[in-house]
This record gives sequence, structure tokens and C-alpha cells, in this order.
Amino acid sequence: MFSDFPLLSALIWLPIFGGAVLLWLGEERGDAARVTALVVSLITFVISLPLFTGFERGTAAMQFVELRPWIETFSVNYHLGVDGISMPLILLTTFITVLVVIAGWDAIKTRVSQYFAAFLIMEGLMNGVFAALDAMLFYVFWEAMLIPMFIIIGVWGGPRRVYATVKFFLYTFFGSVFMLVSLIYLYMQTGSYEILDFHGQSLGMQPQIWIFLAFLFAFAVKVPMWPVHTWLPDAHVEAPTGGSVILAAIMLKMGGYGFLRFSLPITPDASRELDWLIIAASLVAVVYIGLVALVQQDMKKLIAYSSIAHMGFVTLGFFIAFAVYARTGALDGAALGLQGGMVQMVSHGLISGALFLCVGVLYDRMHSRRIDDYGGVANTMPKFAAFMVLFALANAGLPGTSGFVGEFLVILGSFQANPWFAFLAATTLVLGAAYTLWLVKRVLYGEVANEGVAALEDLNRREFLLLGVLAVFVLLLGVWPAPLLEVMGPTLDHLLQQISISKLVP
Amino acid sequence: MKGIYLAIVLAPLIGAILAGLFGHRIGRRGAHSVTILGVAVSTVLSFYVLFAILSGAVAPFNETLYTWGVAGGLRMEVGFLIDTLSSTMMATVTFVSLMVHIYTIGYMHEDPGYQRFFAYISLFTFSMLMLVMSNNFLQLFFGWEAVGVVSYLLIGFWFKRPSAIFANMKAFLVNRVGDFGFLLGIAAVVYFSGSLDYMEVFARSDEIAGQQVEIVQGTHWNAMTLICILLFIGAMGKSAQVPLHVWLPDSMEGPTPISALIHAATMVTAGIFMVSRMSPLFELSEVALSVVLVIGATTAFFMGLLGIVQNDIKRVVAYSTLSQLGYMTVALGVSAYAGAMFHLVTHAFFKALLFLAAGSVIIAMHHEQDMRKMGGLRKYMPVTYWTALLGALALIGFPGFAGFFSKDAIIEAAHASTIPGAHYAYWSVQLGVFITALYTFRMIFMTFHGKERMDEHTRSHLKESPAVVTIPLILLAIPSVFIGWFEIGPFLFGGFFGDAIFVAPNHDVLTLLGESYHGPLGFVQHGFATASVYLAFAGVAVAWYLYVKRPDLPDVVRQRFAPLHRILINKFYFDDVNEKVLAPATRGMGWVFWRVGDTTLIDGALVNGSARAVGWFSGVLRHLQSGYLFHYAFAMVIGLALLIGWVLLAR
Repeated sequence: MFSDFPLLSALIWLPIFGGAVLLWLGEERGDAARVTALVVSLITFVISLPLFTGFERGTAAMQFVELRPWIETFSVNYHLGVDGISMPLILLTTFITVLVVIAGWDAIKTRVSQYFAAFLIMEGLMNGVFAALDAMLFYVFWEAMLIPMFIIIGVWGGPRRVYATVKFFLYTFFGSVFMLVSLIYLYMQTGSYEILDFHGQSLGMQPQIWIFLAFLFAFAVKVPMWPVHTWLPDAHVEAPTGGSVILAAIMLKMGGYGFLRFSLPITPDASRELDWLIIAASLVAVVYIGLVALVQQDMKKLIAYSSIAHMGFVTLGFFIAFAVYARTGALDGAALGLQGGMVQMVSHGLISGALFLCVGVLYDRMHSRRIDDYGGVANTMPKFAAFMVLFALANAGLPGTSGFVGEFLVILGSFQANPWFAFLAATTLVLGAAYTLWLVKRVLYGEVANEGVAALEDLNRREFLLLGVLAVFVLLLGVWPAPLLEVMGPTLDHLLQQISISKLVP
Repeated sequence: MKGIYLAIVLAPLIGAILAGLFGHRIGRRGAHSVTILGVAVSTVLSFYVLFAILSGAVAPFNETLYTWGVAGGLRMEVGFLIDTLSSTMMATVTFVSLMVHIYTIGYMHEDPGYQRFFAYISLFTFSMLMLVMSNNFLQLFFGWEAVGVVSYLLIGFWFKRPSAIFANMKAFLVNRVGDFGFLLGIAAVVYFSGSLDYMEVFARSDEIAGQQVEIVQGTHWNAMTLICILLFIGAMGKSAQVPLHVWLPDSMEGPTPISALIHAATMVTAGIFMVSRMSPLFELSEVALSVVLVIGATTAFFMGLLGIVQNDIKRVVAYSTLSQLGYMTVALGVSAYAGAMFHLVTHAFFKALLFLAAGSVIIAMHHEQDMRKMGGLRKYMPVTYWTALLGALALIGFPGFAGFFSKDAIIEAAHASTIPGAHYAYWSVQLGVFITALYTFRMIFMTFHGKERMDEHTRSHLKESPAVVTIPLILLAIPSVFIGWFEIGPFLFGGFFGDAIFVAPNHDVLTLLGESYHGPLGFVQHGFATASVYLAFAGVAVAWYLYVKRPDLPDVVRQRFAPLHRILINKFYFDDVNEKVLAPATRGMGWVFWRVGDTTLIDGALVNGSARAVGWFSGVLRHLQSGYLFHYAFAMVIGLALLIGWVLLAR
């Protein structure tokens, strides 16, 4: 029955339209705005479910495709479609947005309509990024998506929000500009803005290198990879809880998605040539950033640094493919890396989202993110403590939680590339546990530290629901990741086939 | 049978979930009833399985339950391998766990976290069963880490105590160092064999052992040596071998029932079990076996020494556990896997007994654990005293007691082995017998004999513990005394483990010993012809002289050997190195990377270096807060939407 229904368009425009309605509602009707936002996000989530249930397994072809000309002069099309890479990320987006709307229910007291409108519009635009098969369309969504985020941080953010926003803007803006140039160059080569046409285009080494570097800068900033990561801790610290959740859960995934959709298939030879660059930066992220996370005094900063370290696994998993192929002569280990990287993206979306929500729960009560201001929270908030310990352990990659799956696969894969890669990556077992459990120890355990902690009230129903739902998914994905792996498998195998063939012009 | 195996695993899990999530609703009674019922079901079924497999009524089982995931041609599954090795572990684990569950009713009855505690120990039982019943490396690692987490939660059970929450983090992190090696070992297994399934990997073991790997330029390692050493690093963490042993003594911060269950009888033996399970791999690398042997011997002897200077009753038992785990590891190193498993089983009973007896003393002493404030307790607590005494005799290897059979077998095996390092190991375990007897009876004498050193208030309240505490003691005392007689024959020389354990013919010391084996009685008689029995007697005699006959002497000895004493009291300075060197160095590195790397170099040079740009942009962005630009930006988005929509509709 959905065969003709433009599902992807609905996922993009319904929330944007909902956001417009909210703006029109104005600031006097806060409650109406909340309800509208919730309803719209729920409907969007529900209509995204057929993407999963109706998704045809076993093929790498684009599905739910919509194709219409848009700007015919430049052969720009309104072309949407999903495969095993983008579909899980869209579901993650629609799911997390519902949670974010619920999370902002009481916490946001000023400019309520605008707050929720920003999130709904951003949801639509993010879905657009994942669904776009036309490079121009992709670029438009890619840039537009940032505007609501700047606004969320800039308006509802903390005291240093302007500095954070500017830093965020500068980083991402410079990144994107290079990408735009590359896309236009590719258009001139292929005569089309179709991303899938870019995939098939032969290119010499020199242009591949330049394109690769341009993409790298755009995507590395988003991931973010070391050394272009310093905007993230600031952005997180200043962003309101909902902003942090979206930033960590979805926006960081844009970079990883970009590597899979653009860098690897469009410039496979340059990727092979420069894979060491990404691998090195990823391993630095795991070790260096892991150590930096250890000494943070601010809960949000700590989780932000932990995000960077975990995203290191994503980029590592994506770029070990060439070394694995060179060493083993087979693509099996490379598939482990790609699958692991993708699972890590989805899992990190859930876990980091949950951890930022946990910090939000505490911040709403104590108005502090400083670790030193807490201690013994488990005494007054036992339910909350149970959740936070669960998510902390998931963050430390405990088997049985989603956090384990991606790291496990990437470590298995990277051993096949080079045992030393696996060695450095596996240090996360110790470092990740160290910074997360030390956080837990200082915040949750011990005697009640002060009057503020003594007066804390445990989770209310709304918060319990949020964390409970996330906990269920974190555990489910950890105990049985097969459905997710199955959905992604054929697409990633196809991608591996693509990158194992040289595109150099003969 | 599949249903039975599932029930064995799931019964404790269901109990844990009910007690954990609905603890308030079902109350204290409900929580302990449901968890004890779950573990009881597991225990009964485990013994049924053990006997069914032993009698041959049921064939060993190796099946997949469900496919966890498939990636890159690698099937990752969850499944069970039930043979004599795993069913022995299942029976041991569930039995000790059941005893500890019952005991907990008495030990924790005043604790506000009663339900939570039951949920944790049932969850632990589930995790441990998943570990031992696994037929693949993935599930093994799951169980491996899951028991670690439950141990973390339980050591920190009293989370208000600073010492407890330090100890639990330390335990988890040190275990994670081991797991780091373990996971790399699994990655190596996958790389060299392409599978996670035990049987598939074992089938390719010769092929693996034929490969070389270049880890550092110019050094060639046998692939099997690499795999086995990496896997053994995991075992060193979990089974607390030097230098990853540091967490175990501190883990005594947890409530005593879990010291018995987790930190003596079950979890810490996971490493021993794992190496036994992996015998088809370890047998192919003599280098790895030598490493195992030397580490085990070092742990057995040097950790025993530390037991002599401890005054906390639980810590004495903890150091004894370290030392005994060293014995088991020595057995692994000399390829006497069956001997290691034998000692594992007997040790599970008598060490759980000793811990629970110590716990009983602690209850009576109102949670005082310092033996210097005890003494003369035997007349107040006869059941505890006698059961503890039986446990102690089993531990020191008194002829005829359970520990005698298993420990003597290990010493003989080390004597017979030709693996490099076997000499060192032999002397370590032989001298270790004296040390064991000394610290064990020092504990018995200081606690139960001699002058009553407690204050008047405590003395007036001294009484034997209730039945829920003493009955498990008695039930554990029975196997501690007798089990050796029945098990030595089949375990060591009767092919009990069958195909579950593989020993290369040229390493097979147990068969060598078996040639001169003429039944348990003969084994006892032979024991009197070896040094170890007399070393044990000497240890008891010295302990008696120092702590009963001349209690003034220990102080003199301490002063005479002050430098040695200082080394022992500082536990060979392992903790100091970790806490004063490694931990601060790590944090220091983090701080440098953060302040110098991120703040000064990247932000300073890269980002704020373009300060003018920042200034310009903040000028623009200042308008953001006025609200104008805000609306303007939204207008842009809406405009974009309209534009795309218009183009579409115009078609």
C-alpha cells in the first residue's frame, strides 16, 4: 500500500511543515506547541517504520526511490532513496527526535514554539541529508541543517554560547565549502549531480586526491576527527540538553555517512593512497582523546570527548578496508570494519543520547554540570543511578549492550589490517572504562555530597520513559544485532566491491 | 536436553530480573524466594546433566541457540557446548551459588539493599553459566565481561563506602587490562582461523600453529604462541595472576557472601576453566605453557607470603585464594589440565566454606574483621569453628582432605614435567605448602584460640550464627572433607574429561603419574613419603608456636626482619606503583593532551589564530540574539522549502 506513497518526502517535509505550524502558533500557546511537536514527531516516527519493515533485504539497490527534475538547466534532480547505509540512520533520526521533544517538555520555558520548531525542521533536513541521492539536494540539506543547530545553541544555550556557535560555524562552514567545490567539479566531469553517477565516474589520481581531501575536511569536521574536533566539546557544553542529544546522536553521523556515500566510492584510489591518514587520526582519537576525557571536570565535556573517541572507531572501521585487502587478499575483514563502523554509529547515537539525557536530568535539578558538585546521587536517585550505570557500562563497551557490537567488529577487522591497529584501538577497553566509571564513581557513588544532592528527586515518569526506551534498545541491539547487520550487509558488500576496483583513468 | 540447558541458564536470570526490577513489589521474602528457587532449579538440573553425561546416558551437546549476527562471512552465534568439562563447572557453580544464596538471607538480613543483592548474585550465576556453557569465543567474552560487571557492582555494593567504590573501580579496570589482551587474542583467533566456534578453531589448530606472524619488524612469532599468550592475559586478569592480581585483595570490600561466591569459588576460576577449555590450543605452544607456568608459580608462592602478614581475616583468605589460583595455573602450565580442574572444584568448596565461616565470625563480631581483636571464639561458635577447621585442613592439604589430593597431584605433576620453568614451579609450589599451612593456621589460632581480645560489649553479644548461615557451612564442609576420595581417580586418571581436554603425548604428566596410582588410599600413603605433608605439618606447628604457645614472639620476629616485613606489608609495592606512578602518569598525559594539545595548539593556533575572522563573525552573530536574524534564518529554510515544493508542483 506504500508503493506509491512518497514516504521519504513525507519524512522530510512533514516535520518541516510541522515546524512552520509551530512558528505560526507563536509564543503564547506553549502547551499547544508542545503537543503539536510531540504529535508531529510521533507521526514522523511511525511513518518511518515501513522503511524498516518494507525494506527489501539482500539487495544493495536504492529503495523507496523518488525522482523528479528540480533545476533542469543544471540537471539537478529531486532524487531520494535509501539503502542499507542510510535507512538505519533515518530511523535513528526519527526515533531520537521524539525523545528530544519529550526531553524538552518541561525544561524549556522560553520561546517554546521556536525551540520545538527548530528541532522539527532540523529533523526534516537531517532526513533529507540521508535520503538525498542528488548531490545538490544533499548539499542544500547539509547546509540548511546547520542553521537550526546554530540557533538552538545560540538562543537556548549556556553562557558562552556565542563563542561555541561561532566556533562550530567556522569549522563546519570551511569544511562544507571545499565539499561544494568538489561536487561542482564532479558535475563537470559527469554532467550530472546524481551521486550514483559520481560513483561510476573514472578519475585520475590527482583529481581523486584533491576531491578526497576536500571531502575529508568536510566530513572530518562533522565526525569530528582529531585534530578538528575542538568545536564539539564547546558546542556540547553550551547546547541545551536536546541540542546535545541531536548533535551527538545524529549530526556526528553525517560525517561517517559522508565517508561511505562519497569518499570511499567516489575516490577509492585516493582513499587507498591516504587511508593511513584516517587510520592514524582515528587511533589518535581513541587513545589521545580517551586520555583527555579522563581529566575532564565537566560532565558534558567528558561525554563529548568520549563521543570523539567512539567515533574514532567509526572512521577506523571504514578505512581499514584497504589494508585488510592488501594483507589477506579477501574482503571479509574489511566487511567487519564497515559493519562495525555502521553499528557503532547507530549504537553511539543511542548511548551518547542517553548519557546527555542523564546529564540533562541532573542539570535540570542542580543547574551544574561540574562533576565536583555531585557525589552520592545514587542515595537520592536510585532509579536514575541504575540507568546511568547501565548507559555508562554500555559506553564502556560492555558485551550485551550495543556499545560492544561495533567496537568488537572493528577490533576484529583492524587486527586483520595490522595487529597494532587492533592493539591501539583495544586500549579503549581500559580507557573507556576508566573515564566512564570514574565519572560514575564521582557522581553517583559515595555519601551524599551536599544539600543539593540531598534534595534531589528521583526520575519523574517522563524521564523514566525516555531512559527506559533507550535502555531497551541499547540492550536489544547488544543481545541481537543480527537484524541491523542483515539490513546493512548487502549495501556494504556492494560498497566493498566498488572500492576494490580502481577508478583510475587508463 | 536443549530445553534443560536453557532452563539452567534462564532460571537464575529470571530470578535476577524479578528481584531486580520488581524488588519493592515482591518484598524481601519474595526476592529471596524467587532467586533461590531459580538457582535451585539450576542446581538440580546441573547435577542431573552432570550425571547424565557421565553415565553416558546423554551425549555431549554442541548446538547453536541463535545467530547473534553475521558480518564479513563471520558467523557470530550464541550456543552451548555441554560436556564433562562444562557440566562439572555448572554443577560447582550452581551448588556454591545456592549455598551462598541461602547464607545471604542470614548475612544480609539487616541490609536495606537486600533485594538488589539477591538480584546481583542471581545475575552473576546467569553470567557465569553463560561463560562455562559457551561453545564459542563471542559468548565466552560476553560471560567473561558480564561476571566482571556483576563483580564490580557487588564489590561496590555498599556504595557509600569510599574504600568499596575505589575497590570496585580498581577491580573492573584491572580486569579490563586482562580483557584487553583477551579480546586481542580473540581477534587473533578470528584472523588465523576465520571462526569463533571452538570446534572449528580446534579443528584448525595445527594449521594455526604452522603460521608465523611478524609483530615487530624482524621478530617472528608462532601464531599459536601469540594467541595463547593473549588469551592468557585475560586469564591473568580474571584469575588474579601476578601482576594483575592487585584487585582481588581489595575486592574484599564487598559483602562476604560474594567474596565466597565470586572471589573464591567461581569467577576467579574462569581463567583456569578457559585455559582448560583451550587446551587444544595451548598444547601446541610450549612457549605459552612456560609463560603460564612461571606466572602461576610466582603467584602461588609470593602471594602466599603476603597472607602471613595480613590481620584482616578476609584478606588472609583472599591472599590464600591468590596463592591457590597460582597452584591451578601451575597445573595448567604443566599440561595437567585435569589437575587444575580438580583443584578448582575442591578449592571451590573449601574456600567458599572458609569465606562463609569468616563471614559468620564477622557477623558475630559486629562487622569487625581485624583478627587482632578476636581470639577464643571457638567456645562461642562451635559450628563455625569446626567447619572452619575442616576447611583449613582441606586448604593446607592435610592427608585425606579434599585439598590434599588435588594439591599433591599438582606438586607431583610439576615435579614430573619437563616444560621450561618446571623446576622453579616445583620449588614454588612445594615451599608454598609450608606458607599455606602457616598463614591458614595463624588465622585459625588468632581467631578461634588464645586470649579473647575483643572488647567487653562485643564479647557479651558473641553467639553462634543462625541456621541459614551454619547449614551452608555444614553442607560445604562435607565435600571439603570427602570429595577428594571420590574424584581423584576419575578426574586425574580415569579419563573423566574425555575429549573435552586435549593433552599432547609428550606433555602428558598425569598419565605418567597414573602409572604409579593405586587408588586414593595408596595416594594418601604415598603422600607421607613426600616432603609436602611434612611441610604442611611444620607450617601448622610454627603457627601454633607463634600464635598460641608464645604469642609474644611474632612482634620479636617482625622487628628482627623489619625490612622483609615492610616489603610484605606493602604487598611488594604493586599498589604503590599503580597508584603513585601509573595512574598519575595516565592522568598527567590526559591533562597535557588537553591543555597543550587541544587548548594551546589546536584551538590556539588553528582556531583562534583566525581571530579576526572570529571577531567578524561574532559581530554578525551578535544580531542573532536580537531575534531578527533568527527569524531571517527560518525564513530562509521556509523559502527553500517553498522553492523545492514549487519546482515539484510545477512539473
